[in-house]
Amino acid sequence: MSRRVALDGNGAVAHVAYRTNEVCAIYPITPASPMAELADQWSAQGVENVFGQVPQVQELQSEGGAAGTLHGALQGGALTTTFTASQGLLLMIPNMYKIAGELTATVFHVAARSVATQALSIFGDHSDVMAARATGFAILAAGSVQEAHDLALVAQAATLESRVPFLHCFDGFRTSHEVNVVELLSDEQIRGMIEPDLVRAHRRRALSPEHPVVRGTAHNPDTFFQAREAASPFYAAAPGVVAAVMDRFAGCTGRRYGLFDFSGAMDAERVVVLIGSGAETARQTAAWLCGRGERVGVLQVRLYRPFSAAHFLAALPESVRAVAVLDRTKEPGAPGEPLYLDVVTALAEAVADGRRETMPAVIGGRYGLSSKEFTPAMVKAVFDELAAPAPRRGFTVGIDDDVSHTSLVVSPGFRLEPDGEYRAQFFGLGSDGTVGANKNSVKIVAEHGDSYAQGYFVYDSHKSGAQTVSHLRFAPSPIRAPYLVESAHFVACHQFQFLGRVDVLRWAAPGATFLLNSPYPAAKVWPYLPQSVRRRIVELGLDLHVIDAARIAREHGLGPHVNTILQACFFALAGVMDSESAMVEIKAAIERSYRPKGGAVVRRNLAAVDAALSALVRVPVPDEAGPGRGDVALVPDHAPEFVRTFTAQLMAGRGDEIPVSRLPVDGSYPSGTAAWEKRNISESVPQWQPDLCIQCGQCSFVCPHAVIRARHLPERALDGAPDSFQSRPVTARGFPDVHFTLGFYVEDCTGCGLCVEVCPAHSPEAPETKALNMADKAPLLDDARANLAFFASLPVNDRSRVDFANVNGVQFLEPLFEFSGACGGCGETPYLRLISQLFGDRLQIANATGCSSIYGGNLPVTPWSRNHEGRGPAWSNSLFEDNAEFGLGFRIAADRQRALAESLLRGLAPEVGETLAGETLDASQVRESEIRAQRGRVAQLQDRLQALDGEAARDLLSVLDYLVHRSVWIVGGDGWAYDIGFGGLDHVLAQNADVNILVLDTEVYSNTGGQASKATPLGAIAKFAAAGKRTQRKDLALQAIAYGHVYVAQVSLGANPQQTLVALREAEAYRGPSLVLAYSPCIAHGFDLRFTARQQDLAVACGHWPLFRYNPAMNAVDRSPFLLDSPRPTLPFREYAYNELRYRQLAASRPEDAERLLGQAQTAIDAKYRLYERMAAGGAERVSVPSGAAAGDLP
Amino acid sequence: MTRDLTGRYLGLDVRCCLIASSSPLTASLDGVRRLEDHGIGAVVLPSLVEADIDRDLGEVEALALAGAGSPEVCGGFLPGPAHGPGAMERILELAGRAASALDVPVVASVHAYSDGGWSDLAQCLEQAGAAAIELNLYEAALDPGEAGKAVEARVLSTVRRVRAAVSIPLAVKLSPFYSNLGHMALAIQDAGADGLSLFNRPHLADIDLVRLRLRTCVALSRRGEMGLPMLWIAALHGRTKASLAATTGVESADDVIRYLLAGSDTVMTASALLRHGPEYTAVLVAGMKNWLDARGFSSVGDIRGRLAHAAATVAERGFGAALGSECWSASAVGRDDTGA
Repeated sequence: MSRRVALDGNGAVAHVAYRTNEVCAIYPITPASPMAELADQWSAQGVENVFGQVPQVQELQSEGGAAGTLHGALQGGALTTTFTASQGLLLMIPNMYKIAGELTATVFHVAARSVATQALSIFGDHSDVMAARATGFAILAAGSVQEAHDLALVAQAATLESRVPFLHCFDGFRTSHEVNVVELLSDEQIRGMIEPDLVRAHRRRALSPEHPVVRGTAHNPDTFFQAREAASPFYAAAPGVVAAVMDRFAGCTGRRYGLFDFSGAMDAERVVVLIGSGAETARQTAAWLCGRGERVGVLQVRLYRPFSAAHFLAALPESVRAVAVLDRTKEPGAPGEPLYLDVVTALAEAVADGRRETMPAVIGGRYGLSSKEFTPAMVKAVFDELAAPAPRRGFTVGIDDDVSHTSLVVSPGFRLEPDGEYRAQFFGLGSDGTVGANKNSVKIVAEHGDSYAQGYFVYDSHKSGAQTVSHLRFAPSPIRAPYLVESAHFVACHQFQFLGRVDVLRWAAPGATFLLNSPYPAAKVWPYLPQSVRRRIVELGLDLHVIDAARIAREHGLGPHVNTILQACFFALAGVMDSESAMVEIKAAIERSYRPKGGAVVRRNLAAVDAALSALVRVPVPDEAGPGRGDVALVPDHAPEFVRTFTAQLMAGRGDEIPVSRLPVDGSYPSGTAAWEKRNISESVPQWQPDLCIQCGQCSFVCPHAVIRARHLPERALDGAPDSFQSRPVTARGFPDVHFTLGFYVEDCTGCGLCVEVCPAHSPEAPETKALNMADKAPLLDDARANLAFFASLPVNDRSRVDFANVNGVQFLEPLFEFSGACGGCGETPYLRLISQLFGDRLQIANATGCSSIYGGNLPVTPWSRNHEGRGPAWSNSLFEDNAEFGLGFRIAADRQRALAESLLRGLAPEVGETLAGETLDASQVRESEIRAQRGRVAQLQDRLQALDGEAARDLLSVLDYLVHRSVWIVGGDGWAYDIGFGGLDHVLAQNADVNILVLDTEVYSNTGGQASKATPLGAIAKFAAAGKRTQRKDLALQAIAYGHVYVAQVSLGANPQQTLVALREAEAYRGPSLVLAYSPCIAHGFDLRFTARQQDLAVACGHWPLFRYNPAMNAVDRSPFLLDSPRPTLPFREYAYNELRYRQLAASRPEDAERLLGQAQTAIDAKYRLYERMAAGGAERVSVPSGAAAGDLP
Repeated sequence: MTRDLTGRYLGLDVRCCLIASSSPLTASLDGVRRLEDHGIGAVVLPSLVEADIDRDLGEVEALALAGAGSPEVCGGFLPGPAHGPGAMERILELAGRAASALDVPVVASVHAYSDGGWSDLAQCLEQAGAAAIELNLYEAALDPGEAGKAVEARVLSTVRRVRAAVSIPLAVKLSPFYSNLGHMALAIQDAGADGLSLFNRPHLADIDLVRLRLRTCVALSRRGEMGLPMLWIAALHGRTKASLAATTGVESADDVIRYLLAGSDTVMTASALLRHGPEYTAVLVAGMKNWLDARGFSSVGDIRGRLAHAAATVAERGFGAALGSECWSASAVGRDDTGA
């Protein structure tokens, strides 16, 4: 029998997909990754499918690879599936044509997501699915978690019977990540739907030398066309097959689905047609309108391909006069979006053929792109438009299109949330566990109470200090509301500092309960609330309760974990289930989670939960807001206009209200806006003791967020400094009257503590005190702001007079990558900050999709910034898989433009001056002083050219900038470099182009949540390698060295900052391809990143991450190109590895495997090191493949 | 002729009265197997430490929450449940596997800081298959405001609590820092302990003169440290029903014999095995047999406690008597007549 469980869409689909397949070919992509992760986890645990086998889950190097393996496994007769979305689906398209062309039964489960266009978006719409609609796959679309669960099985049964492959899709995030109550299909039900004969038939069609056929032939014009038509009967039959399967499913489960389901008035005149989760919202709205006598209806499309006009027409009442077709995608330049065109065609043909009497008015519109909310008010706006005398075609709903004027007017007050429902919103941080506790609350109510429950979670894009908003609904009947809570009976603010920054009471219903986690007691809290919050509480008559959850957590030894304490308060206040039963369940969940850790931990958590209720206090709300704290300005008045009017809106959570006209038309955004977002996410920040400081520059060198800046300044520049401003004479000799100071951007600090850990200067009197120490921010903040304002007013140090060759000098270079949203302690960002310091004013970056493209380019703000001259890194992200090629394009274009500029300059030399032209053309541009000199010449040329008339001068002005050597960097993670982008990376390395490739190697797919890549070390666990990685990480460096002409370095900033600096500068100076592999500790490794430098040290010391440089330019001076920069391993691998949870977890779950793999890893390290030593001793030519392209041939 | 090295410890029969105390050698299945192969009588596993469990939990929770704010990560970074394995799982797993793989008794050790921690963890170890529990009562009572009585009451309460929670034999490994250790030992026995291990050695602080920092160090014990445990073994021999295990300073088979003569039921060593490897067990066992052989004893039972009274009275005789002893003069000139 089926049972009721709380599941998200991905879990609901994976449950069926795993049980009905023998092979899963996978690759991570948001929002589909959790399906693959679950499959991998189940397979590692030995969970069987309904055929009694443990499916094999195979990760590939890309979705293209996954599709290839899937295709092969299908040809081998295995029931095979995959999970994907967006660009991933697009990479599968070539194989999808083949799979469909060969009539091969399979189901692709797709959490539908936007395809990247002017920007990437991880959120949901149908642009990916629509891009695959011509492949020959059937497309079956689900609209809710239950439906996705059910249709996964319908698709599997139908594909086996019809032989048409299926794409089963559901809305990314809205359905894939919504937690709702699901009637779980039992294994018997699943087995009952899968016809064994059809499985055997699938196997029989496999390639076999026992009964060989040739499949995948090439045709000529004589036969291809006919062969293409030969399969048509299968497509004609498929809708009938699906309908029959749905009937069988209804018989088996009681849940009935149609290819097209109509709901509303049977004499409806106005009908909305749409696919996916929006149909639930539309149905709810139509029902409300019908209740008011309006003749409206909704037609939900489930089987979109093959599009059965007959079934469609049968579902659409004859009474219909006007149809609005809503597409969750945009096809620029098309007469309409895909579903609209299909509906028009079906109706027009029916009318033309006489199968239907009248042609209704049909209009098409777009909604919900990238998970844009789609609410009952928007549906009503569409129905209203259909009632207009001349309904608009090509409309949009849900945005304010003040450019093309396509948008429908939506009544903001129209809400349809039913009375019997209890709705709650929770504002928290990712790190405070609010989301986890809320998922648990949904589970408790769904599985232990009588009610239904729904949870949906909204995240911001920062990786550190991310805000989350949880939207929960509880009701006595199933909840079908795929949109955010619009009117909350309960609002919880788990972080006091959100008040005044985020409008937490925006959706509070009158009389709602407001739970505030407050450091101030009930009697004193009122004046501490910002004015707008106080006013809103009074206006809405909110019932305010406070609790100091942080104090309770501290007192019970729970650290920062306030989640269960606040969860208990929610149940006590909300009454969604009997409070005592809820407490029992919360405690049971604590027992389940913590029991293996020992009773003491359990008891502490239980005691904290008990203490919560007695510490929860109602605040008497005065009749008036009264005096108190003012509101917080998100950005200052002197911020740039774009920041004030656009960025600040996003920061305040009001991005939905920004009209089209305010958006850049081509995806270009101003750089450096992160500096305006003062997030204040850390309560502790570094405090400087200048008397102890040795001015070494280590702190700013490791800072992942460029919070620490150094300046040297003449003593007289200190005039007017605030009293608390600190500086000391520079310690280096020969600089009398010059002072050294550090600026601390404390409001941008994440509190990671790396700077303090690396600070080498201890107090002789108090050894625990260093020149930098973490301190509470609050008492320092006013002084820090004043000091920083003064610091920012100091002149920037002259680059041409800075010693680039050592860490101490580099601290004086302006970072042009600052305050990113990366995790506190991020191992990647210090490298990016460093290249921005070294080469920032002439830097052009191609950035592969991944963590670095998200913290590097995810709105609301941009961390890549400009220097005081207005120059800075130009940055772009193309795709995940093509980044090396993308960067090569940068180089080729820069070289062509430079060649053009040089040619024009030669021609114009008599006019601009032969000497200046000659010096410009012949300039060496390796050292910074040379670059500065060239900039001076180019500036002179510009002046002289502007005085000239003529095409040539104007042309030269348009390319003049290219005469300053452009530094092209190709940046990405190991997922890109080792896996999906490796083919391109290898090809680019094989060229002679002057590109610098920086691989931020976290040894795992960090951005998508920690899946194994080919860089993942032997013996570590990761998602997709739940049983531990069984092979060694790829030695990408050796592969590149094998070319002979590639500069290759392996660096680790925390272990050896100086070697990192030298390698990056050598790579940039080398006029051929360079590859720098940069060890980047990541939170996915499972250790406290505060100790990242120490762990990097250990990685080098044990030989896991040897440091070396291979510089082909050394051949020209007859020296060995291979330099081994780290000594022979001095530690066993174990001593490094077992500091990290990714290794320890395997040791605990599979100790013998872990021990064996650890032994193998040690053997491999020893062997690799011997190889490196031989290379260093004898020259790399002995091990590298001699190539025709000797280094001397390079430009 | 065969010499009988068997004995009883905590009510359990041991084939040899030499026991491997808790050390890195007993931290793996392979390690304890090798000790067994070389003739050890029982093994004590590394302590299950409550603070380690807290640390693991904090780390795993931090990891689970680290990605919790990202829509792309939301389920945490590592596969499987958020609460990954750590010290708890490692030790329980080891206890379970060692208990089924070894013929000799596997004693599990606990070190907790909370009242419930002691009993809960002991229960877990019992369920995992341990033959007995050793309470690793490592405690530095450094608060000058706390009376000795309060310290003792706390210890006794812990013993009673664990006794109530488990039904397997219970040993208590305690420090010598009680005003009357003998009285305390009897109280511990009354609280439910089946045996005493003498003694726990405190981890001392050392000072790093280069970096001007404190560091804690665990030094292997030396024979010179045997005096104190030997005194108390001798003093308690015959006065308590609890088994007595001597632990500290064993370097050679002669040292094992010394402890047995002083009245110890079993003798534990970690330092000697760490210095020389697990195979040194066989050397110690052979040495014990040789000694018995040479003196014509057929079993360790024949010698156990023979010099207990004498050893105890040396101390009882007082300061002046000790000054005149042979032991003093021998060690004063650095002579070593023990022939390690």
